[in-house]
This record gives sequence, C-alpha cells and structure tokens, in this order.
Amino acid sequence: MKPEIAHQLAINVELTAAVLTSFIREETEKSGFQRVVMGLSGGIDSAVAAYLAVAALGADNVRAVMMPYQTSSVQSLQDAQAVVADLGLAALVVDISAPVDAYFGHLEVLLGRSGDNLRRGNRMARERMATLFDLSAYWHALVLGTSNKTELLLGYGTQFGDLASAVNPIGDLYKTQLRQLAEYLRVPMSIREKPPSADLWANQTDEMELGFTYEEADEILFQWVDLRQSPAELVAAGAREAVVREIVRRVAQNQYKRQPPVIAKVSTRTVGIDFRYLRDWGR
Amino acid sequence: MTESAKIALAQIRPRLGDVGYNLQLHLEKIAEAKKQGAQLVVFPELGLTGYQVRDLTLDVAMSIQHKEIAKLVAASQDLDVVFSFVEESDEHLFYVTAVYASEGSICGVHRKVYLPTYGLFDEGRYFAPGWGFHAFASRFGRVGMMICEDAWHLSSPYLLSLQGVDLLIVISASPARSVTDADRFGSHQFWRRLLETYSSLLGMHIVFVNRVGFEDGVSFFGGSGIITPDGIWDAEAPALAETMIYGRLDPRIVRRSRYATPILRDEKQEMVWRQLGGLLKGVGVPNET
Repeated sequence: MKPEIAHQLAINVELTAAVLTSFIREETEKSGFQRVVMGLSGGIDSAVAAYLAVAALGADNVRAVMMPYQTSSVQSLQDAQAVVADLGLAALVVDISAPVDAYFGHLEVLLGRSGDNLRRGNRMARERMATLFDLSAYWHALVLGTSNKTELLLGYGTQFGDLASAVNPIGDLYKTQLRQLAEYLRVPMSIREKPPSADLWANQTDEMELGFTYEEADEILFQWVDLRQSPAELVAAGAREAVVREIVRRVAQNQYKRQPPVIAKVSTRTVGIDFRYLRDWGR
Repeated sequence: MTESAKIALAQIRPRLGDVGYNLQLHLEKIAEAKKQGAQLVVFPELGLTGYQVRDLTLDVAMSIQHKEIAKLVAASQDLDVVFSFVEESDEHLFYVTAVYASEGSICGVHRKVYLPTYGLFDEGRYFAPGWGFHAFASRFGRVGMMICEDAWHLSSPYLLSLQGVDLLIVISASPARSVTDADRFGSHQFWRRLLETYSSLLGMHIVFVNRVGFEDGVSFFGGSGIITPDGIWDAEAPALAETMIYGRLDPRIVRRSRYATPILRDEKQEMVWRQLGGLLKGVGVPNET
C-alpha cells in the first residue's frame, strides 16, 4: 500500500471506539433491548465487535454464540473461546453440522445431486443467522452484525446469512482499519495475525478466494469510494488493472446484497421508495 | 450590556419525532441554566423535533403560535432562550427555524436559508428555504442567527456582520464524519477552524451549539462552545457527550478587537455591492436593484 494511502486509512482508534460504543448502546436502547447477541467466528471482525459491545453494554449484556460446522478449523473455535474467556462472556457453542447435513441429505434425495461448496457455504451462513435470530428472541437480545466495509462493498458474504443483523457497528471500517482497532482493543494476537477466512470449508482463505489481498482491496476501494477517484485514475497511478476491474465489477454486481428487496411501485406511496422514515422512527 | 454575561449551551440528544419528550428536555435545561445564573441558554438545530424527520415533517411541524412553542417562549421570562423546530407557515411551507425568545416574547426568528441536499443530507426535499439574515437587538447587543449549513456560506456571517452583530448564534445538527488519525472528526475540525476564523475576522462572539446522539447510523459530534472575537475558545464542550456547559460573553473583548483589527470599519460595502451587481448582470440573472 502506498504510504500516503496508508496514512489516510489511519484512524484515531480511541475516538472511533468511543463513537462505536455509543452507537451500540444507543441503538440497543432505542430498539428496546439491553442485550446483544452475536456470532463469534474466531476471526478479527466478530472479535472487534465483541470487545466494542462489552465496552458499550458490559460483559453481562453480551451473549456470544460459536457455531462451528464439522469442517470448521479447530483453531477458529479456540480463538473464539479465547475472546469469550478474555471478556468473561456468557457463551454457547451450537454445532450446526446436524441441521446443515440433514438439509443437504434431504435435498440430495430430491434433486439427485449433492450440494457444492457455494450452496453449502451459504446454507451454513444462513443456519448461523437463523440460530442468532432464534437466540435473539430467547435472550431478548439484539443481533449485532460483524461485516466490515471491505466485505460489504465487495459483497463477500451471504445475503440473509452473515450479512444479516439488526445493527452493525463495524460496517464503515475497512479491514485495514479494523486491524488498527483490534490492536487498540487488545484482541488476542493469534486472531490479529492469522489470515482472514470465511472458514466454510477446509483451508479456505478470503484472499486466496478473492484473488487479491485485503490491503490491495482497501487501497483501491478507499480511493474509489471515499475519494471518488475513477478506476482509470487508479490504474494510471499504478494500481493493477485486472484487480481494479474485478473489484469494481464485484461492488456493482453485489449492490443487491446491500439493499432490501426491490418493490414494484403501483400505489401512491410505496415502502422503500417514497415512504420515507428513519429506522429510528418511534423509538 | 457592559459586563460579561453567563451563557448556557445545551448540548442535548433530542429524540426523533418526539416533540413532547424534547419539549420537556428543553424546559428542564432552561430551569437548570436559570439555577446556574445563566442569562441565555441556546439549544441545537431542530432540538424540538429531531433532525432527520423526513416524512415525519407533517407530524412534527408547528406554527410559531403553537401552544408548545408558546410554552418555551413563556419560559424565557428570566433568561433568554434560543430553540429550533420545524416551523409551518400560514402557507403551509415548512422551515427549519430558530427562535430567540426573551422576557416572554419572541424577539428574533431565523429560517434556515441554505438547506443541504447532497451526500447524506436531504433537507431540500422537505423544507422551504428562508430568505435572509436579519440582525435584531437583545440584551447582549446586536444578535444574528445562523443554522448549520448557513455557516458554510461566507455571505451569511458577512451580511450579519454588516448589520453590526456582536453575538452570532450558530446552531447545528452536524454529523461526525471523516475519521482520520487526528484528535477530532474531519467535520469537527473543519467547524472549529471556520468558527475561529469568523469570530476573529468579524470581531464578534460566536455561540455554537451542536447536538449529540445518533439518528440511525449518523452521530452528531457536539463540540459546542463560545469563541471570543480573538478566535479563542472561552468554553468548549467535549465531543459526543450529552452535556450542558457554560461560558461568558464579554463586550469589552468586542470593543478591543474592533479597534485593534478594524476590518468592519474598513470594509468597502459599496464596492461589494457594485461588483456583485455587475456579476449578476454578467451571468444574465435579473438584477432587482
């Protein structure tokens, strides 16, 4: 990453943490909750969200759920457990192997074909989402989202799966900025140093699957999205053309993942189009 | 006013669309400021209604004669009060309005002129723009009011300055955005520089009151304060915290600063008038002069 871009991506971690903890506290209260529930994957994003949630609400009001599948790495669960232990959280381990396998066993009979990685990965992400929203009702706790800005822009996540939540404190921070915040919040070193992985199948890493590193993605996304420079300008300034093109394609193609479903307008006033209120309405 | 006066800055967190709650909050803060001996208490932009009202505009709008407004005006018996709400005119146009109340009556009204409608802002969709900046007399000398985006147009404080304003009241609902590795958000830093420059260029006190709290994901940075005509912060509230702070207005500083740096005295209004007129003619805009 160019030093001047790295400098612009540097954040005042104390100030950022202060805003994000206020955000969690206020949005939780406004929604009529005192607690949050969140998935802990063992990765840096959910770990940062957990530390922020504890700073906002206290450990008693943060419920962590670890939801491994049988192929999930053992290290992931251990790293998540380290966060639980460090923060003193009430936590639950819910193995999602049985429901996911039951589904694909059934569908294999119906379709005569076994599930591929994409379908299985999506199903796991949605199984986890369904578990979190069930526990949300059980614990009367709001579901805290853990998708970062890089993932949201790239659409590197499952719609109605890991992208689903009630409030997301880290969705406006790039991966490289989350790393700064993780250091400030003293997220365990093993989590900060390992390669990011969706951990949907063995030995998967995000950067291998995407074909570029998060650092390269952040450098391009920041200049394109935040500074409004054109892809051509970025290439002229030295960014790899194929990567710029792939990132721009991904962001545009996955815009649907960042939006509620499209509604066909036939009436005078339509949800999502000209029925305009904040979510905070009435809270 | 010849002696310094104590001013209260109510950096509150209004609830979106809940006029009843917000009115009560205002009345409590007025009572608190009065108890502390303040002579003026200032509330942020749209403190009575919340900022991003969108289609709640129809529900929260009040005429300036509305009974809830009358309650706040009545609360200005012992200290002056500046507050803001969505005002509905007789023609049913909706304005972002600030009211200056003193001794139980209204002595100044400002309707926001510049309605930001870009980026995260959407005001032009819902509100009508005000038509000017008008100074008025108060116990603190000549007062002018601006609402948030008004202050980002150089002409606004300039026009008020030429009307002899000693005290400029700037109320806002300004979002915290553009985090960097600096001590403050980019938006907060910009505001501080802007207000420091205006106060020292124009030789006036500025009372800046910005709200805090979140509306959906948008937080408002607070950082309210009083800047003297030397460009120095007499009092400054912390960012992001709900609080009430107090500072002082000292007319002697205005006097000294206008003498030491007589920018107002040397201002060539005639030249500005002529040149602006020429510019307007040049671009084909009807010149009403």
